Amino acid sequence: MYVAVKGGEKAIENAHNWLSEIRRGDVNVPNLEIDQIKEQLTLSVERVMSEGSLYDTDLAALAIKQSRGDLIEAIFLIRAYRTTLPRFGTSPPIKTEDMVCMRRISATYKDIPGKQKLGPTFDYTHRLLDFSLLAEGNIPKAEKRKVLKEKIPHVLRFLNKEGLIQKEKNNNYQPKDITRNPLEFPANRSERLQSLSRADEGFLLALAYSTQRGYARNHAFVGELRIGYVKVKYNIPELDIEIDIAEIIVTECESVNQFQGSKKTPAQFTRGYGLTFGQLERKAVSMALVDRALRWKEIGEEFVGAPAQDEEFVLSHCDNIQATGFLEHLKLPHYVDFQSELELVRRIRKEYEKNK
Amino acid sequence: MERKFWLSTLATCNDAHLTSLWEKFGIEVNFTWLRKPEIGSIMCQGKIGVTGNNFNFGEVTITRCQLKTSQGKIGHGYVQGRNKHKAEIVAICDALLQTNKRDFLIKNIIRPLVVSDKNLKKDVMSKSESTAVDFFTLVRGET
Repeated sequence: MYVAVKGGEKAIENAHNWLSEIRRGDVNVPNLEIDQIKEQLTLSVERVMSEGSLYDTDLAALAIKQSRGDLIEAIFLIRAYRTTLPRFGTSPPIKTEDMVCMRRISATYKDIPGKQKLGPTFDYTHRLLDFSLLAEGNIPKAEKRKVLKEKIPHVLRFLNKEGLIQKEKNNNYQPKDITRNPLEFPANRSERLQSLSRADEGFLLALAYSTQRGYARNHAFVGELRIGYVKVKYNIPELDIEIDIAEIIVTECESVNQFQGSKKTPAQFTRGYGLTFGQLERKAVSMALVDRALRWKEIGEEFVGAPAQDEEFVLSHCDNIQATGFLEHLKLPHYVDFQSELELVRRIRKEYEKNK
Repeated sequence: MERKFWLSTLATCNDAHLTSLWEKFGIEVNFTWLRKPEIGSIMCQGKIGVTGNNFNFGEVTITRCQLKTSQGKIGHGYVQGRNKHKAEIVAICDALLQTNKRDFLIKNIIRPLVVSDKNLKKDVMSKSESTAVDFFTLVRGET
């Protein structure tokens, strides 16, 4: 028998009103504007776009405000909105080789064409609280230096020339869209990367860290990390003209990993790939390491039972909206389920008492 | 100037900049909608390891519309983001750029947008260049 329980409407309404009030906080403090979030909390905005899997800075900023800064809640709002959008088509792959780089570094080669450019990074800061930000501190101006016209080629190309690193397989595979077709196992690397690119940063970080600590050990170098602007192309169907329809900021990480070689292949470096919306270095590097760990089979490595090697485990649990949906539903009324459990336990105990 | 170029410039330009240019130099046009502005997305793809297979990377919001001017020109308005007004301006520009208003619009709307984007990129690149590492090696001991 299923008994529907009604009620609580007034309580819910009042709870939401209080939520709105508390979201606003002290009214003597100026209201937070969407533009302020967009301009001054850029990395939060970019994380919400990345895990929401929708590039729109206004919407991400709005979601952050609405969710009181709870980024998973904000991502949830973006994901929900995303499902309402008609899909106008698919872009050809972005060309990260044409990126206007803010930051571009390699941890494997010191002297590289296009140089090591640190960009606006937290690296090398002392992680000391800057109390001048409490006051309206003076903002130091970014320095500028004359730009030489030079291409910024991908660093791994150099290893590629020597044949020291695996070539990427390209068989014109048409990737399935995991937002439209449920993920199947074993998954293709394309679907894996779509999954990882929208995955929870914390989850990816923990998994990547686990590979560093010895669970599916594969010592990684950051072959290259680049952050900057890329164009998104789109073929206008009515005109059959390909235009730059959008410009987005992305982070790309190519990792270089050792491989001892097998009976079939000589020792060679292998790759991991990370690509995210926005300036999300931690996530891009984590993604590359996890991508590499998941490739054990294709590369001919041993499965050592490490979580980061287990495709089904990683891909089924990396999505924080799926995870939080299932987890948070536990807070909703389970009165009837629990009642039946209660009765069961009582009956078992009664029988136990009788047979004692 | 190719249509591809002006459509690209208009799709990715700064919303406020285009609106202000249009307020200054815009031309009144009678038109009928073929498709009213609508918001949607495109799936942006990436390439595994720069040279490998494609994968679906994530979506980008897009607004599109189509209109036909009383002169019979069809204008396409495709823009990044969710700005219906911008899409309308772009569609009108696209229609007018196919007429004798072309030089006027290129000079007063397209060029300024191109220049402003170039300056923005130059700014980014020159700041980035200032963070380029100059390595020097300390030589120790006898040489």
